[in-house]
Amino acid sequence: MTDTVSRAEYCVVACAEAWRGDGEVLASPMGLIPSLGARLAKHTFSPDLLLTDGEAMLVGLDGTVEGWLPYRQHLALVTGGRRHVMMGASQLDRHGNQNISCIGDWRRPDRQLLGVRGAPANTLNHPVSYWVPRHTRRVFVERVDMVCGVGYARAAGAGPSASRFHRIPRVVSDLGVFDFETPDRTMRLASLHPGVTLDRVREATGFDLTVPRAGAWAGAGEVPYTREPTAAELRLIREVIDPAGRREHEVGAAGR
Amino acid sequence: MTDKTMTPEDVVGRLRSGMTLGIGGWGSRRKPMALVRAVLRAGLTDLTVVSYGGPDVGLLAAAGRVRRLVAPFATLDSIPLEPHFRAARQCAAFELTELDEAMFMWGLTAAAHRLPFLPVRTALGSDVMRVNPGLRTVVSPYGDGEEFVAAPALRLDAALVHMNRADPSGNGQYLGPDPYFDDLFCEAADAAYVSCERLVGTADLAKEAAPQTLLLKRHAVTGVVEAPNGAHFTSCAPDYDRDENFQKLYAATGWPEFADRFLAGSDEGAYQSAVRTWHEEQTGEREAER
Repeated sequence: MTDTVSRAEYCVVACAEAWRGDGEVLASPMGLIPSLGARLAKHTFSPDLLLTDGEAMLVGLDGTVEGWLPYRQHLALVTGGRRHVMMGASQLDRHGNQNISCIGDWRRPDRQLLGVRGAPANTLNHPVSYWVPRHTRRVFVERVDMVCGVGYARAAGAGPSASRFHRIPRVVSDLGVFDFETPDRTMRLASLHPGVTLDRVREATGFDLTVPRAGAWAGAGEVPYTREPTAAELRLIREVIDPAGRREHEVGAAGR
Repeated sequence: MTDKTMTPEDVVGRLRSGMTLGIGGWGSRRKPMALVRAVLRAGLTDLTVVSYGGPDVGLLAAAGRVRRLVAPFATLDSIPLEPHFRAARQCAAFELTELDEAMFMWGLTAAAHRLPFLPVRTALGSDVMRVNPGLRTVVSPYGDGEEFVAAPALRLDAALVHMNRADPSGNGQYLGPDPYFDDLFCEAADAAYVSCERLVGTADLAKEAAPQTLLLKRHAVTGVVEAPNGAHFTSCAPDYDRDENFQKLYAATGWPEFADRFLAGSDEGAYQSAVRTWHEEQTGEREAER
């Protein structure tokens, strides 16, 4: 239990933190690491979160069915706002615009991906965080090719109805945690995962990331690091939530 | 009471090229695949397909039958990207109306309620507005003055959906965890065709499960087809799960080869038989490897 915390485990904790303080809302994690994070949050500091089984059932941590949420109620719940989703992103820009639809010209894409799915409605109605398992310049781009999830500047530009419930609490990648706590609501480095350098993040990011000057950090001169998991959290991750160690495959050697 | 039972061939005999077809289910879940295969066999083309897309979209796109797709996504679920949908999009083989999941639902709801649109808080600020230049917004007539996108009604010429059970009058029952939007598809359509795993007597419907499983009412259903395994290879819980091995084959096989082996037969029976043969071959190969 005292051995080294893996990058994947820092990522799980950083994802779990997205749901801290959310209370009784539906946590919708897309992808493995966010799913482990949501479960960790529910096991510990956010016990009131609701989770689905990936289909139509609301289930507790042990799989006990506590409710029914078919797609039509799920989509209605989105506009009601009692949800915090962590989506993936094929592209993400400094304003938090996200693309999962296609790469290239929409009329004839170089690479067709999923489609917009629920991203536009999600971003206009409830908190949306993002998870990027491999932080590269192909994902963190100057401009996304198709705005699916709406970022801060565009939400503000689209008027009060669009910005009223818009919020992007955090972006977690295999390198660090990012937020939009800047005067112009552009992306800021919030913390580096231990073992990652600032240069590594800058190299992998296709736009100028806001990085508060040394001294502005809590521990003057020090870049803040993503917090350590507690011993209890590590035990939960390793023995209860992901005993098979699937997390280590999603955040691979490239992230080390 | 009118007996609405028919064959897949009867259904497609009532459809025409150029129609707007709504297809029920979601992704690779409870898709009316037997009816989609009948559409393929009948040579219907120039279709506008309205779907929470799965392999229904992939099959029709690969065969070149789609003029326009109205969808928020196309996916095989366990395989995130639908290969034939991707290939068709990447050569601009059809026009796309890309809506988000919420607009799609409210568009169907508007059509079912004979409304031209319903206001939704979505799309504003996103490129859904850019790629659909015909979309309009509405301003609340009350004091708040908020502006919303007006999700246009998705009115359908015909709907195709698949149920677990149905009776000959067109009452349809789902027994799985999610109704998806199949009743809305039927209500939004001028004609709705329901395939089912098993045709049962009316009296048996309520015997088998709770009353809220009775999703489709006969007034909104035009024809009923008994099509066992008719959602194959998508899931049809609790009757069967997705045929993952076959779906992998579908995703990994070039279209001409797949179509030649599985879709060249004269009816649904020929498809089901070709699938059984393939599975037997797989089992044989596994045993030979031992």
